[in-house]
Amino acid sequence: MSTFIETFVGGLLAGTMYSLVAIGFVLIYKASGVFNFAQGSILLFAALTFVTLKEAGIPFAAALVMTILILIAGSVAIERLILRPLANRSPMTLFMATLGLSYIVEGGAQGLMGAQVHQLDLGIDDVPLFIGDVLISQFDLVAAVTAVVLVGILALFFNKTRIGISLRAIADDTRAALSIGINQNRILQIVWSVAGIVGLVAGMLWGARQGVQFSLSLVVLKALPVLIIGGFTSIGGAIAGGLIVGAAENLAETYIGPLIGGGTTSWFAYFLALVFLYIRPAGLFGERVIERV
Amino acid sequence: MAVSSVATNTKAQLLSFSERRPRWGIALLLVTLLVIVPYFGSEYWLDAIIVPLLILSLAGLGLNLLTGYTGQTSLGSGGFMAVGAFSTFLFGIHAPFIPLPLALVGAGLIAAVVGLLFGLPSSRIKGFYLMVTSLAAQFFLEWVFLNFPWFYNYSSSGTVSLPHLALFSLDIGSTAGRYYLTVTIVIVLTWVAKNLLQSHVGRSWMAIRDMDTAAAVIGIPVHRYKNLAFAISSFYLGIAGALWAFAYLGSAGIQSFGINRSFQILFIIIIGGMGSIEGNFIGAAFISLLPLALDYVVQSVFAGHVDAGLLQNVQKAIFGFLIIWFLIKEPDGIARLIRNAKERIAVWPLRF
Repeated sequence: MSTFIETFVGGLLAGTMYSLVAIGFVLIYKASGVFNFAQGSILLFAALTFVTLKEAGIPFAAALVMTILILIAGSVAIERLILRPLANRSPMTLFMATLGLSYIVEGGAQGLMGAQVHQLDLGIDDVPLFIGDVLISQFDLVAAVTAVVLVGILALFFNKTRIGISLRAIADDTRAALSIGINQNRILQIVWSVAGIVGLVAGMLWGARQGVQFSLSLVVLKALPVLIIGGFTSIGGAIAGGLIVGAAENLAETYIGPLIGGGTTSWFAYFLALVFLYIRPAGLFGERVIERV
Repeated sequence: MAVSSVATNTKAQLLSFSERRPRWGIALLLVTLLVIVPYFGSEYWLDAIIVPLLILSLAGLGLNLLTGYTGQTSLGSGGFMAVGAFSTFLFGIHAPFIPLPLALVGAGLIAAVVGLLFGLPSSRIKGFYLMVTSLAAQFFLEWVFLNFPWFYNYSSSGTVSLPHLALFSLDIGSTAGRYYLTVTIVIVLTWVAKNLLQSHVGRSWMAIRDMDTAAAVIGIPVHRYKNLAFAISSFYLGIAGALWAFAYLGSAGIQSFGINRSFQILFIIIIGGMGSIEGNFIGAAFISLLPLALDYVVQSVFAGHVDAGLLQNVQKAIFGFLIIWFLIKEPDGIARLIRNAKERIAVWPLRF
């Protein structure tokens, strides 16, 4: 039984990391309907920039601020050079543009900052903790707490600030929002920046765990089933989806994996997403779309 | 929204079907492909450039039937290609008496069944949700072909290769043999696709692409045609995968059919032109020749002082840039650019 709980809790905690990646997606999708495939490479870029600055001898806080400034500059550039010319194009076109963007960001990041693995030490010891007789990784716990704090901040930001409310107005009805004078371009820049910062946090946590390297950008592929399960438009859904995927994946690998040759983590989340899609085609918390001719 | 432009696009496509264009262009193309290219092409060009280019075009055509004509985006192309390659291999191992063309058709049919299976969710979901299910296909198939040694006949390297390529006891393992095998299949399948698209099937597909709710309203059995598109697209991809493994690489593992292959094929149709047959060939040519050209330019400018890893990253960034540039400037790809140029030349110099 304790193995079960251990696997389950370990999965839940790992799931919060998936949620962090998925939240970046949801922010952008909610505000602009863009399915941002580049979220993974932005995450890589953010973590790589941070590590490179830190390795250059810049202190932690300064490196963090500089990385955030670079992310904001990047977001403004993305909005001006890619999103604005592609305004009012089909969602699929925009998705493909972000696919191209991910190539630019990955190629650029690795071309400028090298493709080797960087170690990132956040000063969190990865020692196992025992709660009762259940073993839990302290690092996972810190990651989970970070995720919770981040979600809290985002919730405040979107519900209490002027910018957050304008963003929800844009998401709700773009034309109405425009007509009352909300600057859509500015909002998009802000949303992409916030998504970039969420990506930075996720990238730092993932990077501390497995080193900052190219494979970081592949967490995007882990986040997609999370989105499917949670729905593209709900932050709460992203969190729930991440937890479900993390726990289910861990349990499947422990209990089903040995029966069918292991390595199930690469596809189990997708399988789960398919099952969810059959039951709820718009995700757990997604909005149901009504179509008219 | 974009609906009106899509609709005019469909109209143009249908018009281009009905108009009787002179056939000498096609004849010239066939002569070039069947006589001039193999006669003048060096072994290196045929082996390393022309054959993969043709196979990628075929794969692009497969994906284009699904994405460009039916409007269902898929990122599972690599997986379906793998199904074709491994099926052909298993036919060769367990039933060596089956002639190669039949084995290829068989492999295509198996890929079609697998594609149909993974396309079934399309009756309930669409758009991005559907795209993610195609990723499920990609990862699941990769896992299957990696974890079950039966598929690669328990070889230690995990790769598959056919002992020899033979066509009714005629050895076609040579460069010319493999070229003719590839080019024949590509020509036949392109012709089939062209005809298919002119038939009611193609027209229903385009109606579904333009707006599936409207298509359902006018009485097109949407689910059936979507499933059909998945099956036929996977058939093409399966055969392309088999050719990629045995006519181009010689021996292939699942690594040759990873997610990056799926992206590559998607890029081919974006750059070449969605919903265009010649676009697949243009896109494949572009995507295979660009790295060569880039390499050539860098080598001649910097004379080998550039690190290979850096070059690869630069190449990646340039691809990304080109994709975005095409999406912004010409969403219908190079095929449309060429068509526009042709129209301009046709009325030159007395343009109204």
